[in-house]
Amino acid sequence: MPFIPHTDDDVRNMLDAIGVKTIDELFDEIPAELRSKGLEVTPQGVSEMEIARLMQERAAQDEVCLCFAGGGAYEHHIPAAVWEITTRGEFYSAYTPYQAEASQGTLQLLYEYQTMMASLTGMDVSNASMYDGSSALAEAVLMAVRANRKSKSKRILMPRTVHPSYRKVVHTIVNGQGIVLEELDYDRNGGFIDPESLPAEPGDFAALVIPQPNFFGSLEEVDALTDWAHQHNALVIAVVNPTSLAILKAPGEWGTDGADIACGEGQPMGAPLSSGGPYFGFMCCRQTYVRQMPGRIIGGTVDLDGKQGFTLTLQAREQHIRRSKATSNICTNQGLLVTAATIYMSLIGPAGLEKVAAASHANTTALVDKLASLDGVIKVFDRPLFHEAVLQFDLPIEEIARALSVQGIVAGVSLVDDYPELGNCLLVCATETKTEQDLDTYKENLERIFVRMQSAKCPVEPKMK
Amino acid sequence: MSNVPTELRYTKTHEWVARNDDGTLTVGITEHAQELLGDMVFVEIPEEGTTFAAGDDCAVVESVKAASDIYSPVVGEVTEGNEALADAPETINNDPYGDGWIFKIKPEDEAEIDELMDSDAYAELIAAEEH
Repeated sequence: MPFIPHTDDDVRNMLDAIGVKTIDELFDEIPAELRSKGLEVTPQGVSEMEIARLMQERAAQDEVCLCFAGGGAYEHHIPAAVWEITTRGEFYSAYTPYQAEASQGTLQLLYEYQTMMASLTGMDVSNASMYDGSSALAEAVLMAVRANRKSKSKRILMPRTVHPSYRKVVHTIVNGQGIVLEELDYDRNGGFIDPESLPAEPGDFAALVIPQPNFFGSLEEVDALTDWAHQHNALVIAVVNPTSLAILKAPGEWGTDGADIACGEGQPMGAPLSSGGPYFGFMCCRQTYVRQMPGRIIGGTVDLDGKQGFTLTLQAREQHIRRSKATSNICTNQGLLVTAATIYMSLIGPAGLEKVAAASHANTTALVDKLASLDGVIKVFDRPLFHEAVLQFDLPIEEIARALSVQGIVAGVSLVDDYPELGNCLLVCATETKTEQDLDTYKENLERIFVRMQSAKCPVEPKMK
Repeated sequence: MSNVPTELRYTKTHEWVARNDDGTLTVGITEHAQELLGDMVFVEIPEEGTTFAAGDDCAVVESVKAASDIYSPVVGEVTEGNEALADAPETINNDPYGDGWIFKIKPEDEAEIDELMDSDAYAELIAAEEH
């Protein structure tokens, strides 16, 4: 049954009223060659009973495991109250409400969210959220090209220390608009962009992307990188982990003038790992660029009686008004995840977030020390880190990970495909959810697996390149 | 009926164009256009030194109702943008043909100006639009 309330007669009457023959005619603006030819690979629908059965079977494949994988999504403790409140009927919507007169509660929550994010990133304004971290970065790149009035360049400097999936998503989204992503290579000893390695004459470019912490967990020299980009009339896009901002310098304070746009993945604040989503992205910027910022923004105002109220603001640049000339095609957002994040931040507060960040840092440092004390494991980079680190193994990672998974341990994220030059490397993470005993469990199992693998009949060649 | 000064030239997209003694043109939006758009809240003026083709969108005016592009009436290079509009966009509503000007442009070919509408033609255009 289609969930559209209009009868064929209703549709006919509406089309007649506006003088259009068919619904298709409304889409004439879109060239025929760009239209979808229908959903060829989507299977036929199944009944409710069948789909429930299928989903139950898939859900049963999920196991409780001891997870040391990060790489963009992180396991954090979520107070039970977060989702209890988030899933109340009053909040239960993925959408940013247009109707201010009927949605003051949700609008106020989003306004509080924006205030928290702006404060966390040290920026002037925040939007009401994006789809996820990677698409938020893509939107930040598009925004930087629009907003940079000192440069007409469509060239973006994108360090290889940015999450590989983010780089792919950004490429997919901006490629068609003639934007060129130029990779900056990283220092092999530190796993960071060495400011000394930056060219004195980089040529005209619109923006530099700075990840903090970067994909390797290493900290970048954000002050030097920010100042370098600004000296060359480029904007600075910060891609940050929101948890880390409790203990690291806010992007708004980087270098002499601060970053111009800050974005990232909001999942660490209240969203469960949940097999990869839904998560949400965030984006903040300086006041100067607010009209170039995509997405919804909630503003505070007063009504006729002088009472405080909240409403969508700066809508004139959005697609329901500007059509094809809109700032972005982002329409709705991840409202429910944002609700969870706002409640998460409210419940744990600034001091709580600092504890989460500090404990995650301490646990990862302890884990790295424990694992690197084993023969055949080396900590690869010598830079300060937040809550992830790269470890190189003598024995093949694939086999180690498989053996650990049998013990219910997720070893980490393999870097073999995305960073072949690093050899046989694994990215590990231990958040505040891990106990001393958990770290020891990882180490003891690894030790046992090493012994077994080394005593195997055929010596295994390490995958070194 | 909106005020349509006779000494100005006009475009179909509701910009007015005035000739200056130094060979540049001053461009703004007509009284009719600002009436349709309503209260201005923001104006994005073009950067000095940028070149545009006739019909290129080169500025944006944003009102409480909508954001609209402003199109360059001729081929040319922008010599000045009206910086005062940044803090007082309502000037476009209050004085569309005076202090509410948006930018000045140096035309590549002065003859192009003659192809723009005169006040009678523009008055006819908006009269037709109103019916």
